[in-house]
Amino acid sequence: MSGSRPTTPPTDPQDRADLYDEIQEIAAQYPVRRSAVMPALHLAQSRYGWLPPEAMREVAEALDVTPAYVQAIATFYDMYHVEPVGRHLIEVCTNVSCALVGAQQVLEAFENELGVSAGETTEDGAFTLRTLECAGGCGWGTVVAVDHRYREPVRPDDVAGILAEVRGE
Amino acid sequence: MSRRDLLFEHSDRDLTKLAEYEAVGGYEALRKVLAMAPGDVVDEALASELRGRGGAGFPAGRKASFIPKPEQRTKPAYLTVNADESEPGTFKDREIMLRIPHAVIEGSLIAAFEIEASQVFIYLRGEYLTEFEVMKAALDEAREAGYVGREILGSAFDCTFVIHRGAGAYICGEETALLESLEGKRGQPRSKPPFPAISGVYASPTLINNVETLATYPWIIRMGGAEYAQLGVENSTGTRVFSLSGNVVNGGNYELELGTPLSELVFDIGGGIPDGRSLKAIIPGGSSVPVLTADEVETPLSFDAMAEAGTMLGSGAVIVIDDRCCMVQLGLRVAQFYMHESCGKCTPCREGTRWMVQILKKLEAGEAQQGELDLLLDVCDRILGKCLCPLGDAAAMPVASYVAKFRDEYQRHIDEGGCPFGGDSTLAGVLAPVDQHHAKMRAQIEVPVHELA
Repeated sequence: MSGSRPTTPPTDPQDRADLYDEIQEIAAQYPVRRSAVMPALHLAQSRYGWLPPEAMREVAEALDVTPAYVQAIATFYDMYHVEPVGRHLIEVCTNVSCALVGAQQVLEAFENELGVSAGETTEDGAFTLRTLECAGGCGWGTVVAVDHRYREPVRPDDVAGILAEVRGE
Repeated sequence: MSRRDLLFEHSDRDLTKLAEYEAVGGYEALRKVLAMAPGDVVDEALASELRGRGGAGFPAGRKASFIPKPEQRTKPAYLTVNADESEPGTFKDREIMLRIPHAVIEGSLIAAFEIEASQVFIYLRGEYLTEFEVMKAALDEAREAGYVGREILGSAFDCTFVIHRGAGAYICGEETALLESLEGKRGQPRSKPPFPAISGVYASPTLINNVETLATYPWIIRMGGAEYAQLGVENSTGTRVFSLSGNVVNGGNYELELGTPLSELVFDIGGGIPDGRSLKAIIPGGSSVPVLTADEVETPLSFDAMAEAGTMLGSGAVIVIDDRCCMVQLGLRVAQFYMHESCGKCTPCREGTRWMVQILKKLEAGEAQQGELDLLLDVCDRILGKCLCPLGDAAAMPVASYVAKFRDEYQRHIDEGGCPFGGDSTLAGVLAPVDQHHAKMRAQIEVPVHELA
């Protein structure tokens, strides 16, 4: 499990240089370098756990755009975290197909087990719980994405087991 | 007319492996195409009468024919694969990529060849992580085997692929928003014309096709366009993968010949409604299309029949709704989705979807006045056809249809001062992401925000 995702940006100059180089490699795949902003943000987020202002500045520097431009992109898309998140991300789809077969009950089971409301992070920083618009697993609802891996279908009774598994119990 | 596995043929084999895909005729269509003239490939697509499988149903061959020929253009042409599947109810492209990634690659190579493009961008939905890994592994294998790269199979045709991952924005499934996003911008739709065929990504001629459309290309070449057109019905040729979900026993993706009655999918294949409940309504093409009532369940799954019934085949996502569902709550949940996903560029969509949510919340709470039902329809009318892209329409059309077809139920919310279902509706109290965000915003700014929906 990816249980050790850091939540603060690394200050090691070598890490920063590596990120810069990898962004250059991505940019070289596109006819126009600006196209690499999204993949660069994905990469930075996978390093830092979220996108602190420092990470956005590094992406901006690597691609010769302004930090404000990078922030405009980061805030448009739901998958970029512009504030800290837990080491594990639990996303419950509550769109129509999942809701018709009990998504709200699944969401509430997670809220009860974790002791947080949707949109919040547990005090120990282990889990962020949030709702998700249609995940694309509608025929096997309710869909729950655990660190972007889909579990389907999930019933309220499955919730405790999923959390135990992620915790490595 | 019924089930017909074309794309999903040989489902007993692991077709993610190149050797297995080749063993059932994989990449033979590409070999055939490399010996043809690009224009002849377009002719096969035209003869097949294949219509795009993403939602709009535009004839695929005609779309390809709009791309200027190399001697007519000053910039290279590009093929973009729309793999940003996110219309609620739709999960077919995901299964196509997971099961037959090489068919997507082979189809993309054929489409790139027909428009004489040497670069393909696969715009893949960000949430689809496993699908990204499967597509990437298949591309690596195809590259190794000489199907992708320079001088493919000894021909003069070069073609390379880049998988561009999205990051969670429904709007990027709209083709011009997708192109903006691919260029490293916010995914906000462009004004058309110019159409992407003339000025698409990097202001170059760009063909954009859905995953399923491209995965069908190898079969069109193998069978021949004319023979493919024998499948299905007039104006709706071939097979299509339908995503079945909601209150149905056997949810899943099913490949059917077009023209199959909806009832066959829901009852014979889907096993009908579980728990002895009865059918109330069906959304036949993803949450953006007008609803059908239980007595319209015999409508054939074809473009024309759905248009006659006042709705659309859309993305082929069939959502089954049983008698426990309150149609005001359904309208609210659908409107909340589109409000959340509105990119904010056009006022009627940005403001209109928010108005819809506010009115529907009042209706559901039993606090709406009589005039507000008409106001809801008026808001829908002021969105329809008044924006750069169809996202606003995607909220207005279904909600207006719920009011039209279930007017009594909407009226009862006003007359009875509350929801006739009490708290027993399947959608009661469902938390939508847009409400989650607003709750958080309220907590952060610590002052009442009355304007928020």
